[in-house]
Amino acid sequence: MSHPRSYRLSFVLISVALCLALVLNISSGSVSIPFSATLSGLMGKPLEVSSWEYILWDYRIPKALTALLVGGGLSLSGLLMQTLFRNPLAGPFVLGISSGASLGAALLLMGTSFISSFASLSFVGDVSLTIAASLGSFLVLAVVLTVAQRIRDTMALLVIGLMFGSITSALVSVLAYFTSAESLQRFIFWSFGSVGNLSTQQLSLLTGIVFLGVLLCILSIKALNAFLLGEHYAQSLGVSLKKSRWIIIIAAGLLAGGITAFAGPIVFIGLAVPHLTRQIFDTMEHRVLVPAVFLYGAILMLLCDTLAQLPNSVNVLPINAITSLVGAPVVIWLLVRKRKMIF
Amino acid sequence: METVEEHILSTKELAIGYGAKVVAEHINFSLEAGTLCGIVGANGIGKSTLLRTLAGFQSKLGGRIDIKGKALEDHSPSEMAQKLSVVLTEPPASKNLTVQELIALGRQPYTNWLGSLTASDKEHINQSINAFLLNDLRNAKCHELSDGQLQRVLIARAMAQDTPLILLDEPTTHLDLYHKVQILKLLQQLAHESKKTIVFTTHEIDLAIQLCDKTLILDGVNNPFGAPCELIEQHHFERLFPSEMIQFDAKTGTFKVNK
Repeated sequence: MSHPRSYRLSFVLISVALCLALVLNISSGSVSIPFSATLSGLMGKPLEVSSWEYILWDYRIPKALTALLVGGGLSLSGLLMQTLFRNPLAGPFVLGISSGASLGAALLLMGTSFISSFASLSFVGDVSLTIAASLGSFLVLAVVLTVAQRIRDTMALLVIGLMFGSITSALVSVLAYFTSAESLQRFIFWSFGSVGNLSTQQLSLLTGIVFLGVLLCILSIKALNAFLLGEHYAQSLGVSLKKSRWIIIIAAGLLAGGITAFAGPIVFIGLAVPHLTRQIFDTMEHRVLVPAVFLYGAILMLLCDTLAQLPNSVNVLPINAITSLVGAPVVIWLLVRKRKMIF
Repeated sequence: METVEEHILSTKELAIGYGAKVVAEHINFSLEAGTLCGIVGANGIGKSTLLRTLAGFQSKLGGRIDIKGKALEDHSPSEMAQKLSVVLTEPPASKNLTVQELIALGRQPYTNWLGSLTASDKEHINQSINAFLLNDLRNAKCHELSDGQLQRVLIARAMAQDTPLILLDEPTTHLDLYHKVQILKLLQQLAHESKKTIVFTTHEIDLAIQLCDKTLILDGVNNPFGAPCELIEQHHFERLFPSEMIQFDAKTGTFKVNK
């Protein structure tokens, strides 16, 4: 933990890559806007076609920012869980946290119409969706953590996480069976995952949540490093276990839950990015990993979203399909090449 | 002027166990600075339980534990971290840490909220690395180390934590005789030269007799405590194991199997 400075070059490179990914993401989309026009638009110059300006500022830039926050936040949440559970395969999706968020969202989107079919859908606001999804993810995270303290076996923990995923998706199907067609459709679209179509208000709410999650994460850096030795060692180093554990859980839950509420359950980013980051930043020091994982996750998400756009086509693929296609092979490759993912 | 030697660690009528189940009781001993103390006893008698209780990982069932004259339970987590460091049987959770990174974690009780190392922290880390002959392994990852090397790294981390008291749970298991002696010699050196009080549990009774300043024989009833030669004279080691199987030879301080 003595030379965080030696990663300065890597940080410069990864920041440049992030800028490139941002510009690439903004310059591509269903409407073809010349690259030079995108650049001058970003500089604040007026564009020759006024609709371009609208597309750029009201659609593409908010979408790019959302992708950045979603990718960075989910990856950070994955890093927190991997350290907290001392398990290289932990992540928001694997541990059932995303399923918990889905359950929360499903209860709100479909449960309200199930309980009171006369309630209009507009009743379901963005804030309540965020709260519901976050609560769902906290709930699952807390249960998984309680079980994890009884069962030290990490494989058992992953199986339990998968089982929670099954239970929540079963509950979601039950809800889906009884709900109205519109609610179901809304839920299905939400579950495909998307980083587009966020209003300014929604985007600022998401920014606030991610900011809070990142802040808690930064405050936990020292405890996270101590957790690398195991809980008893962390305790002997003066870490107050209960407090630190809860701060880390709240940070991970806020990030995973809040992001899932707005962008849907996005898979693999949280699991794969911390491992990909360690390929460049070969350290376990969280002072390096926290910023690096956030930047890497943002880049990957921007690239996945760019791919999902299918340049110059009106079709947009579900972002989940892209992150799976990118993320799953990465995990397999890591397992095969490194034999086991050393955490 | 003579000052009363301060006890670093002392227990009085300590009872240990889990919940309502008492594993061992009437544990009385006290240790001064610079003492190497071995805790010996048969399997399952509660050596690890005692160590975990002394470290504050589990609560005692009765009696008292004092660290430098202050009751264990009155310490805040950060106070504890500056008085007591541990080496446990469980391996570090992440084997991806380098030797230097792992040892540097020992400085956490002294670093700021972000864990930045000061010049004095780095000095302590370098001292520990040199004392445990780890200079060549500085940048090796923990999963690349042998058992003996990893054990040295973990003890070096405890040394870097710079606490008056160090507790070790079976530091010599899984090691061959040479590495067992090496580890215990290093602990003896650390105790005598740096005036640390070091307590460890072990099954190597003959080595403990040769190297320790004090020995606690945990039998769950009387728990004799004293210098190894005193305990030999009082025939305490003979009672450790069933005599029809194993005999203790007081002259050599070793156990012999009955033929």
